[in-house]
This record gives sequence, structure tokens and C-alpha cells, in this order.
Amino acid sequence: MEVLAFLIPVSLGLGILGLLAFWWTLRSDQYDDPDGDSARILRDDFDDHPDGGGA
Amino acid sequence: MSSTDYHSGLAACPGCDATALATQSAAGKAKQGDQEIALSLPSMHCAACISTVEKGLLEMPGISGVRVNLTRKRATVHAAPEIEVDSITDALARLGYDAQPLDQATLSADQSDRAARDLLMRLGVSGFAMMNVMLLSVAVWSGASDSTRDLFHWISAAIALPTIIFAGKPFFVNAWSALRVARLNMDVPISLGILLASGMSLFETANAGHHAYFDAALSLTFFLLAGRYLDQRTRTIARSAATELAAMETPTALKVTEDGPHTVAISDLAVGDIVLVRPGARMPVDGVISKGQSDLDRAFLTGESDPIPCTEGDVVRAGEVNLSGPLSVRATAVGKDTFLHSLADLVSIAEEAKSKYNSLADRAAGLYAPVVHIFALAGFLTWMSITGGDIRVSLMISVSLLIITCPCALGLAVPAVSTVASGALFRNGFLVKHATALERLADVDRVVFDKTGTLTLGKPKLLSANTIDPLDFALARALATASNHPHSLALVEAAQGRDLPFVTVTNITEQPGFGISGTWEGKRIALGRAEWVGAGGAGTTLAVEGREATHFAYRDRLRPGVEDLIAHLRGQNIPITLLSGDTEANVAPFAASLGLTDWQAGILPDEKAKVLEEHRAAGSRVLMVGDGLNDTAALATAHVSIAPASALDATRVAADIVLMSPDVSRIKDGLRIAKSARRRILENFAVAAVYNCISIPIAFLGFATPLAAAIAMSTSSIVVSLNALRTR
Repeated sequence: MEVLAFLIPVSLGLGILGLLAFWWTLRSDQYDDPDGDSARILRDDFDDHPDGGGA
Repeated sequence: MSSTDYHSGLAACPGCDATALATQSAAGKAKQGDQEIALSLPSMHCAACISTVEKGLLEMPGISGVRVNLTRKRATVHAAPEIEVDSITDALARLGYDAQPLDQATLSADQSDRAARDLLMRLGVSGFAMMNVMLLSVAVWSGASDSTRDLFHWISAAIALPTIIFAGKPFFVNAWSALRVARLNMDVPISLGILLASGMSLFETANAGHHAYFDAALSLTFFLLAGRYLDQRTRTIARSAATELAAMETPTALKVTEDGPHTVAISDLAVGDIVLVRPGARMPVDGVISKGQSDLDRAFLTGESDPIPCTEGDVVRAGEVNLSGPLSVRATAVGKDTFLHSLADLVSIAEEAKSKYNSLADRAAGLYAPVVHIFALAGFLTWMSITGGDIRVSLMISVSLLIITCPCALGLAVPAVSTVASGALFRNGFLVKHATALERLADVDRVVFDKTGTLTLGKPKLLSANTIDPLDFALARALATASNHPHSLALVEAAQGRDLPFVTVTNITEQPGFGISGTWEGKRIALGRAEWVGAGGAGTTLAVEGREATHFAYRDRLRPGVEDLIAHLRGQNIPITLLSGDTEANVAPFAASLGLTDWQAGILPDEKAKVLEEHRAAGSRVLMVGDGLNDTAALATAHVSIAPASALDATRVAADIVLMSPDVSRIKDGLRIAKSARRRILENFAVAAVYNCISIPIAFLGFATPLAAAIAMSTSSIVVSLNALRTR
């Protein structure tokens, strides 16, 4: 049962990591233009200069 | 109006063929002091469109940043202060896109985005917590015991309690505001269930008990937040589209000063200012014409389909459209004092009556909340007497009753259906603006139409074009090409495709408000009002020296889909009434051509509202379809109302639903979807009821475990969500 002492913190840590990632996507306006973003990913002109997004 | 082709825009996408694009970064950095311009680009729909618009605009000098939002079909442009909006829309027109400037102030007034994002965050947090606690609970359900179980319960508590405080806040706030005024809403049993479950579980954990309901409390929060979020998003989509329509009417006017006309905001105009109104523009103020002659289109205000000639000294009202000549108008009333606004005030009175409508969800909640509380109390008291006063057991029973009956299914039953239905309506070109409009649309048993602008397009069509002598027709066409009057445009259009003799007319001059004159083979010819050209009769007449005068008759054009819609309504045995502010001479033949027997002409705005009021008193639920300012009071009085997108902002505000598509036959799809949505909602209530009939006795007898609660809650939520998808 000692394995629990590792596994529970690990699973919680991974979960919190996911939650933080979600929080970040929400804060950086990534749900504002889902259609546009899915189209933009196919363009190659941002490959060399990643763009922050807020014009 | 270009806002009407939101849905037809997919066919034509100039960007798809675009090649050889520049390769500089599309979104440059905005400089200090730049102005921000929002544009609506309805015809944009693919990756190439984004590139074309962003790069094309960045090539213009003075533009420092462009960002396209494809979802909303909008572009935000950062430009130097001296750049005119017109030059940007011109540039976009050259790229092949119709652009409409949007009023930033109107757009930023829309704050519902933030509320949706806030709910999404709470949903994410409760989802995270639910999954983790569920994992720990599975271990407990599958047999963890003693100290392991207690440890898991404590970890669950550590995750669940802060989450519930954060994620459950919207419910607690709503419940508190209802309780404070001594009322019960759906959020009261929800909050009570969540809080009691958490509190009881904490107590059990501290006393090394067997059952903790942290997972149930969390999944309840999660499912209900999902319902709330769907609800919010549905309304945000409709509202932001509606705000965008409003923002398209940029409120500016041309104010005449000593050094010429200047563009100013309508809100900056004062009584006594002289305003220049160009042909095609709308009157920004009530006033008196100080210079110029023209024709006015009053259809929006009165429903009259024929243009009214006007001259110096005539009174004009805000909202009328100037048709043929430039007019200088001295303002006598501005802003809130205009006739247009006094009509809008009629609306707010009727609106209040409408907000009293009880939605299905409200009615269900009103029935549900007391029943749940009585059951929980009864459970508590029964077990107190059975166990001889064991508070812990009795409280556990009443908590499990509250949890197991908690309205997961009820909370999702309505939002899931209205999300699916609003989506289907949106694809059919409807914007559902009012929260209960969908349900009210399903009740409709009578339809009242306005004529001008609603069943007709407000654009005249030349009648009996084939009986007119070709020479007269050719002369009339030569004169009409010089004018933008609706009758001239219709005449030119009717002449297309007809084999007319070639004529040379010189000295063509238009006298706004009267007609057009010219010289043909040395003779004076004139096309215009009968008394002005010097002929008998009335209406648009062509007079040629030495020839008999020719009369041109016009009729307003039907909107596409009208016959289809009327045939459908007849098939459904729904009575149709036509209320028009237009003259009887125009309405009678129109009604006859559609086979409508119940019509009234020359009716005033408050009379329209009165007719609607009578229908309401007689117990019928009327759908009112209208576009004019004279319809606003009637729209607000009706059980449910639809306005076409071509209507003025004040009218669209009064209507519950805006029809974006020019095709009115869509209304029959709207009625069908609304009926189907109501059926699904009722089915979902039935599912919830059946589920409660089974689960309440189980919980009452004390057999409900946290596992049983979790299973029951999830299955009922999934069943109602799947049922909602059948709405079409």
C-alpha cells in the first residue's frame, strides 16, 4: 500500500497540471475564435515568427 | 442590407481563389494613439480569407494591425487616427469582401462574454475535482476500509470543499437572492443539497464513517454548471449577433456649419442645427426642411409603400429615408425627444407584461422545490421516530434524499434542448433573442403580418409592362436612368430584356419630389407625378408633347417565400391577419392576390397594438411579424414576435426573434423546431419524474449508497442530453 503515497500525489499533480493548462488557455483568449484558429494552423507564414495573437 | 446574407455568404468566397499573397506578418504591433475600427465581414469563411483580408489591409499605409475573427466574421483594425473608415471598406471591396463598419461603443457594451468565460472556468475546476474525487471514491466503493478509506475521504474533502465553494458560487448567490425575498427557485434545493451533502460528508469523514457524498456533490455541481453554461452560451451567440446588427447602424449625421458639412455623432446634435441628408440616407432628427426638394420613404414609420414628395417647410421625422434629392433639415427634436423614440417607449410598457411569462423550467421548479423539501423533511422525521432519535442516521437519509432527487436532469432538461433548438434555428436564419421566446413560439395559434417590408420588400415592381407602347417605354426608360427614385429603378429593370426602339433624349434634369424632364426630337418630355407633367389622373405618368400620356402602375414586390408560408399556415389551420398602415388602394389587391380575407388598411401604430391586445384578451396566442417602427408596439404586445433583419434597430429590439434570412418561409421551420423543442423538454421532465419515482422510495428506505446516487445521477443526465439532440 506504500505505493499509494506516490501515486495519489502524482495523479493529483497531473490533474492540477491539466487544470492550470485549461486556466491558461482561458486567460489567453483561446476560445474566442475556434473557427479562425483551426484555419490559421494550416498557414505557414507564422512558422518562423510565432504570433501572440492580439492585434 | 448586407446583414441579410450571413447565411448565403458561404457560396461566394473570393479569398478561396486568392493567390500570391504577401508574406509579411499579418498582425503588426498597434501603435500608441491609433484608433480601433471593428468591421463586419459576412462573406468570409476560410483560411485564405483570413490571409487575404489581413495582408491586404496591412499593405495600406497607416494601418498598423489587423486581426480577423472568423467565428464572428469580424475584423479589428488598428489604424492611424487620420484614416477614414470608408477607405478601409473600399480597400476590402477591392479584395472582394463586403465590409460594414461596426459601432465600437455598441459592441463593447456587450458584457455577456465575460459571464460565459467565468462559468467555463468554474465548469473546468469542478470537472477536474469531480474526476479526481471519483477516482478515489471508486477505491472506496471497491472495498477500501478502515484507515485507507478514511485517508481517501480526507483527500476527497480537501479537493471537494474548496471546489464547491468556488464552483457552486453562482447557485449559492441565486439561492440567497431568492430566499432573501422569501421565494423558492431551482437554486434553493440545489444549494441546500450541495451544502448539506458536503457538510454531512465532512462530519462522516471526521467520525470515520462509511459513506461520504463528496463525489455526488461535485458531479451535481458539474452537471448543473454544464447546463448553466449551455444556457449562457446560447444567449451570448444570439445577443452578440443582435448587437452586431445594432452596431451596423453607425449613428452619424452630416452637420452643416460655416465651413461645410461635417460628420458628427447623432448624440452631438442639438435643436436648431442644420443637418444635410443625402439621397439614400435616413433622417437623424425630427425637423423642418429648410432647403431642397425630394421624396420620402415613410414605410418604416407608417407602413405606406408609396414615396411621399416633400419640399421646403415640410415636417420630417427621424427614421424616414430621403430618396431623390439632398435635403437640409433644421432639427426641432433630437435624440430621446424624437418621434422614433416615443415609439420605443410604447415598447418598454408592453415588454413588462411579457416578462411575466412563466417558462416551463420556472413552472417545473415551482412544483419541484417544495416537493423535494417536504420529502427530505419527511424522511428525517420518519427515521427519527423509527430509530428513536438517532440524528446522524436520520440526517444521512434526508441528505441522500436531497442528493438523489437533486435536479441534475431538470437542470439540464431545458438548457440542453434550447441549445440544440437555438442552434437549429440559427442555421435557419433565426436569432432567438428572448430567453422564453422559443417556448412562446411553440404556443402560436394565430399569425398577424405587417405588409410593407415584411410580406413585401418595399421595392416596387412595374405592372403591365407588356401593354405599354414600346416608344413610350423607351422614352420613359431614357428619363428613368437618370434617377434613383424607386419607381425609376423599377421601370429601368422592367425595360431590361425588352426590345425597345433606340431614342436619344437630351437635357435630362431631375426635379426631386416631382420627376424627370428632357428633350426628344425637339419636344419636351417628362416623367413624374401626373399633375407635374401636366396630364390627368394620378401616379407616375409619362407626358410627351403631341402624344397621349402614359400611366405606369406599380405594385410592391413580394418577399421570397410568402406564398409558401401562407399555404403552410392555412394547412395548419392557423388564422392569418394582415394589418397595414398603407392605403386601402394598395392593401386590398395585395390581400386578394394572396387570398387573405382578414385585413385592415390605414391602421395607426397604437391601433395595431390594440388589435393585438384584443386577440390576447380573446385567449389566442399571436405571432406578430413586422418590420416597421409602427409595428413596434404591436410586436411587444404579441405573445411572440419576429422582425426581419432589414428592420430598424428599434423594431428589432422590440421583437423576440430576428429573421436574418430574406426568405420568410423559414418561419414555418421556426414554428416546427419550436414545437419539437417543447416536446423534448416535456419528455425530459417525464424522464426526470420517472427517475425520481424510482429513486425516492429507495433513498427513503435508506438503501441509497453514494455509488447508487452517482450512477442514477449520471444516467439521467445522459438520457436527457441525448434526448435533447433529437430536437430538429
